Amino acid sequence: MHERTGAAALNSLAEAGRTVADPARVFAVTDHIVDTRPGRTDQTLMPGGQAFVTETRAAAKAAGITLFDVNDPDQGIVHVISPELGIVLPGCTLIAPDSHTCTQGAFGALAWGIGSSEAEHAMATGTLRLNKPKSMLVKFSGKRPEGVTPKDMIMTLIARHGAAGGKGHAVEFAGEAVTALDMEGRMTLCNMATEFSAMSGFIAPDDKTFAYLEGRRYAPKNVLWEQAVAHWKTLASDRDADFDQHMEIDASKIEPMVSWGTSPEHSIGISDQIPGNAGQRPLEYMDLDKGQRLRGTPIDAAFIGSCTNSRLSDLRRASALLRGKTIAPGLKAICVPGSSRVKREAEAEGIDRLFREAGFEWRESGCSMCFYAGGESFDAGSRVISTTNRNFESRQGPNVKTHIASPETVVASALAGAIADPRELT
Amino acid sequence: MAEPFTTLTSLPMPLIRDNIDTDQIIPSREMKSTGKTGLADGLFAGWRYTAIGGRDPDESFVLNDPDFANSRIILGGENFGCGSSREHAVWALAEYGFRAVIAPSFAPIFAGNCVRNGILPAVLDAEHVAAIAESGKVATISLPDQTIAIDGANSWPFPLEAEAKAMLLEGLDAIDLSLKMANEISTWQEADRAARPWIYPGATA
Ligand code: SF4
Repeated sequence: MHERTGAAALNSLAEAGRTVADPARVFAVTDHIVDTRPGRTDQTLMPGGQAFVTETRAAAKAAGITLFDVNDPDQGIVHVISPELGIVLPGCTLIAPDSHTCTQGAFGALAWGIGSSEAEHAMATGTLRLNKPKSMLVKFSGKRPEGVTPKDMIMTLIARHGAAGGKGHAVEFAGEAVTALDMEGRMTLCNMATEFSAMSGFIAPDDKTFAYLEGRRYAPKNVLWEQAVAHWKTLASDRDADFDQHMEIDASKIEPMVSWGTSPEHSIGISDQIPGNAGQRPLEYMDLDKGQRLRGTPIDAAFIGSCTNSRLSDLRRASALLRGKTIAPGLKAICVPGSSRVKREAEAEGIDRLFREAGFEWRESGCSMCFYAGGESFDAGSRVISTTNRNFESRQGPNVKTHIASPETVVASALAGAIADPRELT
Repeated sequence: MAEPFTTLTSLPMPLIRDNIDTDQIIPSREMKSTGKTGLADGLFAGWRYTAIGGRDPDESFVLNDPDFANSRIILGGENFGCGSSREHAVWALAEYGFRAVIAPSFAPIFAGNCVRNGILPAVLDAEHVAAIAESGKVATISLPDQTIAIDGANSWPFPLEAEAKAMLLEGLDAIDLSLKMANEISTWQEADRAARPWIYPGATA
């Protein structure tokens, strides 16, 4: 859990006179409210924000659970550090009071977001009460074209089948274009299962999964590792498994996606026009018109970060496109690594330099301006292209118009000063 | 522990927009403490006040309409409570005084949070939600009968899972319910520890 909901759940548990059943299986981190400006302390720009950090620290200590604190080398966005530390494992049940917990389904775990009361329930009892979800198979067949990313795959699914398309379902992502993804790409895909209203998304574990996890701090070692891998190999769905629902998307037809409205389902391909049946309210909010193309729409800011797209591979791809270039004059551009480990590794590769030289700010890891709980936001009413997962009204600042897209599209747009097609970058 | 819910009679407040998300119900900037209280003031803050962070009421927003000042029921649109799983949205609704939301569909995490906090998420198709709003009449929700009636004349059933119903009716706490099964839980866990030791942090062969 994170400091935004963690202290509340732990304090409320303690107030009710209950204890954490097995503290060894509970982890906490500061990511949401913690400052991401360089040289950070417990202070944040959010009024009263410091209390979330200090109270979580006190509550975690009292409950005997592991906390990855503000300046811990393992600190980072909860869904980024859990895989890095091998906390999530295939076949495990993993929950966090945060809706993007489904990210970790990429490891063949059942991982989903819960509310604070459920977090208390889980800590007090080691269980949760829930109804079995329905099952759905989403197959991405074919090969993903150059310049098209896992973010574009999941945005295509949501645009096509709606933000409620996966409701009540645990969604297995499968097919050639999914198996071909590396673990970080799989996490991006599963991350937005919640934007599809699915209870969770998951992918069958395979050799890539095992290779990623081997040697991680909380992953099993030695004989237990061997036993675990043998078991994990049995976890894939049977070929003839029965699902309550099937969907199929031809990955070879996907193009870079950008959202135009205020729900992730309001997304179109970069060469498409805003549909004729687009709602008035989102159009007014976004100051756009039906039939309009997004390409060429001037932007005020660009954001690379969040549990969707802030892992090393995201930053590598984005920075490679920035090499030797500078972003449009006057544009505010920020890159926030998903974890302190990602930040260190990126710096070791010189990725931070590429971002900085191109005109991006380079931050400490955290959720940062994915939403403005840290108290920092984009300028009121500004138009932002962002690698995050939610384009809700005012999520990134008062009346901020958020367009979600892949890191590649964000970079192309930051360079152009207007929404741009990454495939046209030279 | 929440107050038991049996019947509720109130003039419902219409807020029939689809995809009302938890950011709109309680914007993150309004979640100023780590507790469950002090949130009512921030309920629907983005719509309710004229300026972000301000406190001047926007008269055009329904929550500021004196007719609905005592309303305890919200009429909502599709996918009510979508977005972040923050339970603060439900705490804010409860603290403000709402005990029920009637909508054609709910985001599942939100609906679960409602039940745990004594708020009834009643699913009713859009046409009937609109009819209730248009009638301008007081509605009565009977949880034992699982019906919503206006004026004693029209009455529509709504679905609810048995466990959610029992929890709302008795104001029960789910943790107490589960702790009653502590023995079964530990038996299962011992068996699982033996079968999959690697799942448990700190396990050694
Ligand atoms: S990065 Fe954004 S979406 Fe992800 S956990 Fe943080 S606030 Fe939530």
